[in-house]
Amino acid sequence: MIVHSIFFYFFSVIAIFSSLMVITSRSTINSVFFLILDFISVGCLFIMVGAEFLGMILLIVYVGAVAVLFLFVVMMLNVAEQKQSWFIGKKSTHIPTGLIVSVLILLELLVVVGGWKYKKDVMSSSTLVLSDISNTHQLGLVMYTDYILYFQLAGVVLLLAMIGAILLTFRERVGVKKQSYINQISRGPLTSIELKEVESFKGVKIDD
Amino acid sequence: MIEIGLGHYLSLGAIIFFLGVIGIFLNRKNVIVILMSIELILLAVNINLISFSIFSGDIIGQIFTMLILTVAAAEAAIGLAIIVVYYRNRGSIRVEDIHGMKG
Repeated sequence: MIVHSIFFYFFSVIAIFSSLMVITSRSTINSVFFLILDFISVGCLFIMVGAEFLGMILLIVYVGAVAVLFLFVVMMLNVAEQKQSWFIGKKSTHIPTGLIVSVLILLELLVVVGGWKYKKDVMSSSTLVLSDISNTHQLGLVMYTDYILYFQLAGVVLLLAMIGAILLTFRERVGVKKQSYINQISRGPLTSIELKEVESFKGVKIDD
Repeated sequence: MIEIGLGHYLSLGAIIFFLGVIGIFLNRKNVIVILMSIELILLAVNINLISFSIFSGDIIGQIFTMLILTVAAAEAAIGLAIIVVYYRNRGSIRVEDIHGMKG
């Protein structure tokens, strides 16, 4: 148990520090790196607490896909001269409001923590964890049976996101030759072959 | 203090949520960092759901965490695509320069 608490404090201190660095870092690329560190440490926490499948999924999806997507966008856009600086702007009227709202949200969430500490009896559910099978097995038993509709809808959401992202960033480039299957198939000898009378010692100029 | 319970995980989630909200409010320069703050907020929500799921012995919280992961990935993709299109049209993604709606 002492090892559990040591690991918990280690990973949670890293997670809090790196999320602080995400919002205060001077350059955007450093923010992305600290975001990756944050995801990794929280994924380790998930694995430690017993949700090992979701910890691995967090590593794969967030670190492998989302953070790399952020890195690509930071590289594509020229944000080098757009360093983020705090409290320097001319009319920064949002800062007091933002601080008040953020501190209120933190206090409310901590009140939830305190209230949960005094609530001893938990309502029982129909999908209680069976202790003799692994976490991934449990997730599969519930997700592919009772929650199959939500699983399929998540797939639809991903498909829509992919179509939307492609449609948003697609642009027609001028001067690039493209293959057109309709034109290729509908070509006939009348439009593609031209007969020419070649004069002697003159030759013929092709593809003019 | 030594015994790690549900309160510790909920406190961690609360702190990360708080940092994400601060990042959204106080950042006046860069839209990408606002998207990263939204990712932090979703991560805090995931921490809360998984800790409740583990400590109350119910697997449903982890199912909802997977759905939140899906929506977060879709949201990041769409948001970054919008940022790329905006940068292509306007040449800047500073928060101060985005005032087309006079908001």
